[in-house]
Amino acid sequence: MSKISVQEVERIAKLARIGLSVAETAKMSEELGNILTFVEQLQKVDVSATPPTDQVTGLEDVWREDVVKPSLPREQLLAGTPHQKDGYIMVKRVLNG
Amino acid sequence: MVDLKRPLAELAYEVQSGNLSAVELTQASLERIAATEDFHAMLEVNARALDEAKAVDERVKAGERLPLAGLPFAAKDNFLTSDTFTTAASHILEPYKAPYEGPVITRLKAAGAVMVAKANLDAFAHGTSTENSDFGPSKNPHDPTRVPGGSSGGSAAAVALGQVAFAVGTDTGGSIRQPAALCGVVGLKPTYGLSPRTGVVAMSSSCDVLGPLANSVADAGLVLDVMAGPDSSDATTIQRDPEGYKVTHSQLRGLKIGIIKEYLGQGLDPVVKDKLLDTAKMLEAHGATIEEVSVPAAELALAAYYIIVPAEVSSNLARYDGVRYGHSSDQATNLEETYFKSREEGFGAEAKRRIMIGTYVLSSGYYDAYYKRAQKVRTKLINEVNDAFSKYDLLIGPTSPSPAFPLGSKINDPLKLYLEDVMTVAVNLVGIPAISIPYAKVDGLPVGLQLMAPQRAENKLLSAAAAVEAVIGDWSSAK
Repeated sequence: MSKISVQEVERIAKLARIGLSVAETAKMSEELGNILTFVEQLQKVDVSATPPTDQVTGLEDVWREDVVKPSLPREQLLAGTPHQKDGYIMVKRVLNG
Repeated sequence: MVDLKRPLAELAYEVQSGNLSAVELTQASLERIAATEDFHAMLEVNARALDEAKAVDERVKAGERLPLAGLPFAAKDNFLTSDTFTTAASHILEPYKAPYEGPVITRLKAAGAVMVAKANLDAFAHGTSTENSDFGPSKNPHDPTRVPGGSSGGSAAAVALGQVAFAVGTDTGGSIRQPAALCGVVGLKPTYGLSPRTGVVAMSSSCDVLGPLANSVADAGLVLDVMAGPDSSDATTIQRDPEGYKVTHSQLRGLKIGIIKEYLGQGLDPVVKDKLLDTAKMLEAHGATIEEVSVPAAELALAAYYIIVPAEVSSNLARYDGVRYGHSSDQATNLEETYFKSREEGFGAEAKRRIMIGTYVLSSGYYDAYYKRAQKVRTKLINEVNDAFSKYDLLIGPTSPSPAFPLGSKINDPLKLYLEDVMTVAVNLVGIPAISIPYAKVDGLPVGLQLMAPQRAENKLLSAAAAVEAVIGDWSSAK
């Protein structure tokens, strides 16, 4: 059983910008290990001559006219924004001063 | 009281001809929702539903011809709707009022349907039981101690309870078909891209599709006929079949049908298997040819799915950052903490798990071994399914390995819940249409038969499904 170490869980959580409690981290270490063990079966499949599929219906390069269309009003789009001022989205400081 | 389980075309005709009104149907729906609210199929009732029904009655009076005239429906709560909140059953979207609606909701309303409520789901459509809903699970209409399936469990339960005339849901790995099977209704997953995904909370962009849950194959076809067709807001949409999707005939005689051998093996409830093989014999007696067909990669589909989908989930759920909309932590002192804490507080356990797996398989050094390899296995699966369709008109199998399981019985083992999808995910990876129709009861609970057709062959699928439905007849009174 390939368990994912607590350090590895912390590294991935950081990449995903997701906070985890100590208990969640411990649980995740076991659960991710189980899931990754399950998907491990794909390693045995010979896919050396098989290309990957990204798009199933075969569409390619779907073009449209480059024309300006009306967009939603700013107030409507910002209506659900938790912190805002004068029509701008407000965020907390980027660096701790 | 009006019975919302009557055929949709009949109900719409009654409204169109003035024998019934949209208001009466909507009232019946709202009363039924209130009377059966213990099943927790709905997250929010649309307070404007009766006003919208009145507007439909006005349009009918003015002479408009509406294919879904006055039909009350539920939208899974991952559809953006302007009259209600949209939660995707996650605390991170609490509160969220969508600034726009997607083309599918617009089309349904334009056709005269009335959205009466938003249906429960597993948060972000991650799950097979609705137990991952941050607002609590829905209950199975046939046994309230059991799950209704998921993720469109609220939608399926609502249709089975007669709360609505039909419902719309999303299917990324079985989320329409599996709950339809467990609740004893019809669930249709169309070809990838047949309806625009715009205005629906994204889960896995290469697998997500929108589709109807209804009481019959004809009802599902009628709703699909309204939902289907391209839109410039979604570049992955495909053209409609010029014939439309209304079910005009049934066709079983002469069809060559393959039963997928891999779905009859380990994991399938032996009673479900017996019933399935009995049904196959019935279909043969009605003129179809049925043979076992092997699709070896079907056994790999679930593993490929649980790499590809979490990868896409981790990307799509990156937008919940505590900045633009939804939950924002008040514990953060800087921007980075806003991200970490808002996501920690807002996402439930399953969303976190999928984001973590997805981030892992896409991370530097693992991408080729996991994600790219899974996309290659996906190609293998597509090739094998196409081979099968060169010999058979349709493929069939069970929709899920067993009937509805007790609430709480699998929730502590994520992998067990994932295995519920073992017979449905291949369809999404290949992008083909499939339908689940109820065909029998096992231990007093409904089970679903899954029919699959090549991409864009919805009409062949629907006409065969209508014939199968007729052959099966009344499944619900059987033991």
